[in-house]
Parts: sequence; structure tokens; C-alpha cells
Amino acid sequence: MATHQLLLEVGVEEVPDWMLVPAMDHLRGQVAELLKPLGGEVTLAEATTRRLAIIASGLGEREQDQTQIVKGPPLAAPAPAVEGFARKQGVTAADLGQESGYYQFTKVTPGRAATEILSEKLPAIIMGIPWPKTMLWPGKGGARFIRPIRWLMCLLGDAVVPFAINGVSTGSQTFGHRQLGARTADRKPQAVPVTIENYEAVLEANGVILRAAKRRAKLVEEVGQDNSLVDLHVYLNEWPAAFRGTFDPAYLDLPEEVLVTVMRYHQKYFAVHGEDGKLKPEFIAVMNRKDDPDGLIRHGNERVLRARFNDARFFYEVDQKRTLADRVEDLKAVTFHKEIGNYYEKTLRIVALCDDAASQRAALLAKSDLTTEMVKEFTELQGMVGGRYAAVQGESPEVSQAIYEQYRPLSMDDAIPASRAGQMVALADKIDTLREMFRIGQIPSGSKDPFALRRAAQGVIRILAEGELSFGLSQLADDEKLREFLLDRVRYYFRDVKGFAYDAVNAVLAAGADDLKDVALRLAAIQAVRQTADFEPVAAAFKRIKNILSKAEFAPSQAIDPALLEAGPEADLHAAFVAVKVALSGDYGAQLTAIASLRPVVDAFFNGVMVNVDNAAVRQNRLTLLHSILSEFSSVADFSEIVTAN
Amino acid sequence: MPTPDHLYYQDVVLTLKRYWADRGCIIQEPFDAEVGAGTMCPETFLRVLGAKPYRVAYVQPSRRPADGRYGDNPNRLYKHQQLQVILKPSPADVLDLYLGSLEAIGIDLDKHDIKFEEDNWESPTLGAWGVGWQVMLDGLEITQFTYFQQCGGVDLDLIPAELTYGLERLTAFIQNKDSVYDIDWAPGFQYRDVRYNDELQLSVYNFEMADVATLWESFRLHEAEAQRLIEGFKALEMPSRRYPLLAAHEQVLKCSNCFNLLDARGAISVTERVGVIQRVRRLAVGVAQAWVVQQQEVVA
Repeated sequence: MATHQLLLEVGVEEVPDWMLVPAMDHLRGQVAELLKPLGGEVTLAEATTRRLAIIASGLGEREQDQTQIVKGPPLAAPAPAVEGFARKQGVTAADLGQESGYYQFTKVTPGRAATEILSEKLPAIIMGIPWPKTMLWPGKGGARFIRPIRWLMCLLGDAVVPFAINGVSTGSQTFGHRQLGARTADRKPQAVPVTIENYEAVLEANGVILRAAKRRAKLVEEVGQDNSLVDLHVYLNEWPAAFRGTFDPAYLDLPEEVLVTVMRYHQKYFAVHGEDGKLKPEFIAVMNRKDDPDGLIRHGNERVLRARFNDARFFYEVDQKRTLADRVEDLKAVTFHKEIGNYYEKTLRIVALCDDAASQRAALLAKSDLTTEMVKEFTELQGMVGGRYAAVQGESPEVSQAIYEQYRPLSMDDAIPASRAGQMVALADKIDTLREMFRIGQIPSGSKDPFALRRAAQGVIRILAEGELSFGLSQLADDEKLREFLLDRVRYYFRDVKGFAYDAVNAVLAAGADDLKDVALRLAAIQAVRQTADFEPVAAAFKRIKNILSKAEFAPSQAIDPALLEAGPEADLHAAFVAVKVALSGDYGAQLTAIASLRPVVDAFFNGVMVNVDNAAVRQNRLTLLHSILSEFSSVADFSEIVTAN
Repeated sequence: MPTPDHLYYQDVVLTLKRYWADRGCIIQEPFDAEVGAGTMCPETFLRVLGAKPYRVAYVQPSRRPADGRYGDNPNRLYKHQQLQVILKPSPADVLDLYLGSLEAIGIDLDKHDIKFEEDNWESPTLGAWGVGWQVMLDGLEITQFTYFQQCGGVDLDLIPAELTYGLERLTAFIQNKDSVYDIDWAPGFQYRDVRYNDELQLSVYNFEMADVATLWESFRLHEAEAQRLIEGFKALEMPSRRYPLLAAHEQVLKCSNCFNLLDARGAISVTERVGVIQRVRRLAVGVAQAWVVQQQEVVA
């Protein structure tokens, strides 16, 4: 059977770049699903800011006929009943089949034509694309879409698949790039006829590079960088072309972060660094056209950047009239939270939490940059601006760096502050926020976390686990709810971020969760020793010991009496316990290996010795022995939390 | 006659007005009360409500007291001029019409880079929002394009396109000037000659001399007056065409201006800010909802 190709193009006003990939994935999936009964397969799914395009091949004329067996009356039924059944199926009794003592009718529903299916289903599939933010179009009661659809093209082979959305009907024509595409004599966009075969070539001739990978490769080559800004331009421009511009090197005196932020985030330019890592007075911009022969576009972009940098210089100069130290008092006018107080008060609390001169000085100045013009303009640069200003205002490098890094880590991927003072200030700031928010009852629940307290807590955990500070969690968390909240983040950190087994995390935390660096060491040791043959059996034995002790409601009251020990497995266990205990030293790995070495004697004990004997003194002594083993060897981890195979 | 590659500021304005007049827009004059943006004027804020088609264009001087720079900053103005165009409902070729307007003022789009970059607009004080773009010309934002969705908290019957041209920026681009004050406004007159005094003196007033107590008192008085008028409308047995909701709207604009002045004066703490915005918003929403009711009565 001859098969057809399908081409669908949804022409839409400029769709935000970041929405296109997920939208296209969805559309591709839905169309693929729709085409399955027709035998069709999606071979191209591409999006530009003005079009969503799908090409599929292998579509049959129609879907397969559906056959259904309708069971009729028994063969012994009276003739009128049989005729009645046949009539209902639209046939005569002679047309009925027979099977296992019954009449039956094989009903064939002819498969619907591909065009019919596509016409019926595509509008809802297109309108069903989930967009993060939609608009009503053309008004109340109308459709919701990301932006108005301006044309629809849908071809099955040579024929248009007829359907319409909000008054826009399908045709066999597309439109090219707004400026590079065909236009009428009075400079209006000119529709261009296409076939499935020449679609991509016609678009290219009309200033549109259809394939994202092609646009991307072009940009990566022209820009010489490969990052998320490339992706943005891939979906912002139908014909992206990079070009270089320059700016006055005098602006390089401004903080580099400010220059980069203006270029990258405000202007979507690539900043250019030299081989020495220093910022060069250059930028790379991307235009949505092929070239700029007169340099007008470069000139315009340079002019805009100059104005932006001038603004930044103005802010910088105004800001230098008062130092960060002068500004500390101004923080009384900056509210942190209406129920908690202002940033001046917060500053004093952070200073009080810091434990050395450098971190205290940094903490005192840390929030002052909130009052600068630069941070009011570039809020995302808070901290960095303060750090840069501190350096030019004569603060020590240690203090400046700590101010600079105070908000780190900003995300799971971000590093913690590199310096000890930076870690101290960051920790103090975060823990203060957590304490105060918990104090006023702002405790995150479910998806509600308006003050990003989980992120703050995660920062605390990472700084404690990865940094140089040695604070205990209980020392920092002054309330039970906060302690639980932090512990929850500790579990998340070691399981989901660090990838430790959940039972190992539980076991280690049960043996002590205060010192996170110690927790990390113990976890690493368990992970290493876990693979050895003796470890899990010993863990299982510890669990058994714990059960026995809890069943017996044992409370230690006296030391082990060696005289009461029975020769054989019990005495052996005791001897081994004493020997291991005495020798227990070195890192956690060595300790765990030593404990695991108890396996043969522990096994022998449980095989040969009854704990619950009638003699109370002996029983008590045995329980004491087991309790000693458990408590003595549970400082690394509570082995009873380890999930074992048996 | 100005040559096409160097229009005077006033020619840019006249050409754009002519262009939109030729496309069915009523050419209105600026609204005669202080506003922060052309959107707040009744020709936009109230006209976009309801099911009646409308097309209008007007220049609106827009006051943003906090943006004042004493006439020193080449790109920032206390009061700038917007050309506001409302096309309700938005026609299918709205973006082509818009691009045509740029060519009309001599911008050859075959030589420049034009991009429509996502920029959704929201005015918390007006209970209004829309989706759209900032239009970038060689990296410069020259126009805000918005498909209004809600105004005064009311869903719109017909989605209008709102085009807001920044006239100073656009002209500075056309004339290749680095400072708005260097723009040639008319033969022999630069922007500086026409507007420098307002920028300097009003910056002094807004930042240094505006009396905070007086502004707060004005805010309260206008708020109370707006509230009284809105309540009065609600109390009517039959919504009447002659009831002065337009006066209530003017009172809301006065409140908004007082708020902007207080803000520039640094008299509104971050904590208070949200509350004051909500007070203005409540009024704006009240007027918009009443207006919809009143207009329905008129139609019926």
C-alpha cells in the first residue's frame, strides 16, 4: 500500500525561547501517538520562535479495519430470534456464522481515512500543548495559547488536511523570516507555497534555519562558546548570526560581575575573556539576520551597551561616596521581615554568631551593599558588589572575599564559600534566617517555602559537611522543629546528593548526627566495609542483640562477671570482645573491619548459647555482655538499622 | 522638509500619529492628569474593558518621579513621552502593522536587527496584566507590546494589543545620539532646550522638597474621594450613565501619583509598600468593575 508523508506547521507569533523545547516534545509525543494506528512515524519535530513543525512518514491511507465478533443466539433458538439478531446487525440470517453452538456475526468497522482522523484530532492536540503562561485569544471564552496562531499548514502528501483553529484555516503555504522572507511589493509578508519535500529548503531560502541543531552548530562555531546563552539564541532567532562589538576599555575598571551581568543577562551578549582569564573590552551579540554589511547593527548594540555601562559607572561612583561601614546604620531602614525586624538587627545577630575577627568584620559589612545603587539596580549581584566595594575601600582580602561569598551556595550545583570566613558568614546568615523564621512560625510545608528555607538549610548542611567549620547541629538549632528540619536536609544530602544507601544513612545518624564531617567519614567507612563478607552478618547479629535486649527490657546494672561466663562460645565471645575493644583504633574503616571480625564468635555464640536461661545471674551476665558489645561498637553506626538480606 | 534619515523628534511623533490615524486610530491628546504610564489613562484603562471595539493613539507624558536624575543622566528621565496605541481587538496583522510604523519613521528593517523578546507586563496597582514582548532594535528596547488580559481585575472581552513606544529612545536611535538631551526636537531646538528645566526642578522637588506629610494627606483625601464615589455607584438602585465614575478614576490616578512621589521621597518603607499598593489597587479594581456594569447598562 502506498504511504504518505505528513507535514504540520503551526505558525505563531514569537514564542518565548525557553518554552519551545518542552512544547515541541509534547507535540511530538502526541502526534506520534495519533499516527500509530495509521502506521506513521514522526521523522522531524522542530521549533523556531515563529513555528512548530512536524514531519511524519509512512502514513497509510486509512487506519486498519476493526473486526468484532458479535455473539448471537444458540443454534437451537427459534428462527424469529435468529432473524431478529441478524436484522439488528443489518444482515440476513444466511450471513451469520456459527461457532461452538451459537450464531455469531463478524462485524467489520472500516478504518477511518487518515485525513479524517488528522482533521478531527490535530486541533485539540495543538491547543493541548501545555504552556507555562498562556493568553486568551481572541478574547473571553476563546482559546488559550501562548501567542496567537497566525497560519496553519497541514499537508498529507500533496493534499491539505482541512481544519481550523479560531478562524485560522490550514493551507499549503508558509511564511519565511519576518525580514528575510518573501514580501509583497508593499513590504507585507508574502505566503510561500511548499511541498513536504521542499519545505526545509524553501524555509532556508526564506531566511529560516528550521533545525535547532543546525542553528546551534552555526552559533557555537561563530561564538566559540557553548553554554545556555547559545541555547537561548537558538530559539530566539530564526537565522542567528553572531558578530563582535567592542567597548571602551575604561569600563573595565567597573566590577567584572557588573559588566558581565549587563552583557549576559540584560543584553544577551556573550562576554569575552582573554587567555589570561581577564575580561576583554569586547562582546559577541547575535542578530536575527544574515549580515550587517554597513555595521549599523554593531554600532547600535555598542551604543546601547555604552549607555548601560554609563549607568553602572554612575551607580558605582555614587556608591563610593559612602563606605560599606558608613552604611551599616542605614540598614535600620531596610526591612528583613516585618515580624522579625530590619537588616541592622540581623547584621548584629550574624556578627554575634561569628567566631573570629575576620568573619565578624565581614558579617558587620555583609548586608550594607543592599543600600547601594548598584545592588538596587542589579539585585542578583548582592554580596558580590559588597565584596568588590570592600576591597576598594581597604578591607582585608579575607574580609572582602567573605562578603563576596556570603550567599553561596546558591544552588546544589554551586560551591560553598572557599574561605573559612566566607563559610562562617554564610553559615551565620543562613542559620539566623532559619532560627528567626521558625521563631515566627514560618515553617515550610509541602511545596510552600516562600522564603526558600530548604535552600538555606541545605546551605547550612553543605557548609558544615564540606567546609572548615566545626559546629554541631544541636549547637546551631535552638529549637526542636528546626533540628528536625535540618536533620531532614542532612538525610536528603547524604542520600540523594551524596548517594549513600538510606539504611547506612539511618544507621550512621542514629549513632550521632551532630558532627556532619564525622557523619560523612563514618558513612564512607560503612560503604567501603559493607562489601566484605562478614559485615552484613555482623549487622544482622547486632539487630538480634538489640531485639533480645529490648525484649528482656534489659537495663545495665553491673559489670560483666567473668566468673559467670561459660567456657566455650560465651567465653570466646567475651575474649574476642575484650580483644577487639582494646585494639579498636584507627580510622572508621579499620574499626568496622575489626568489628566485622567478630562474626565467627558471634555466630558460634548464637548457635551454642542460650541467653534466656533460668539462672538469673547467668542470664543477667549474658545480657550485660551483649549490651556491652552493642553499646561499645555502636559509636560508628547503629548496625541494627542496616537492612540485611536475611 | 526633514529628510527621512534624520527626522526631528516632533516629526517622529507626527509621522507615527499619521501612520496610526491612517489605520483607523482616533488620535487623542494626552490625558490631563499626572500618570506613570499611558496605560493608566482612561483611553486605555477603561476603553479596553467591555466588548466595544476601539482604536486610539496618543502621546502621554509619563511621570516616574523615582527615575529623575536632575537632568544629568543621558538616558533616564523623570518625565518621558510615550506613544500609546490601543488596537481593540488586536488585528491578525498587528505585528506587521507595528513593523510598518518603524519603516514609516525611516528605520530600514532590511538593515537592522529586530527581535520580539518575551516580556510580560503587570501593574499591581491597576490590577492589570498581559503577555507580550519588549521589542528590541539593535539591542535597544524601543517598544513594549502587550496583549492585555485583565484590567482592574476584570477579564477582557476582546484582547487588545497595546503598543507603547518610548519616543525619546526611538528618536535618539534614529538621530544616533548618545544622550536624550541632544535629540533634535525641532529645527534649532534640542530636547535639552525644551525639557531640561522640568527635569532639574522636578527632580529637586521630588527628591528633596516634596512635603511628605502633605503627600500622605493628599493620598488619603484622594483615596477617600475615590472610595466615596465607588461606594455611591454601588448604592445606586439602577446604574446610571451620568454617574461620574470617570471622576472616581481620576482620583485613583491622583492616589497613584502621590504614591510615586512618596516612593521617590523614600517615605514608604518596604513593609508599607505592599499595603499602599493594595489600597490603590482596590480602588482601581472598584472603578473598573463599576465601569463594566455602567457600560453594560448603556449598551442595554
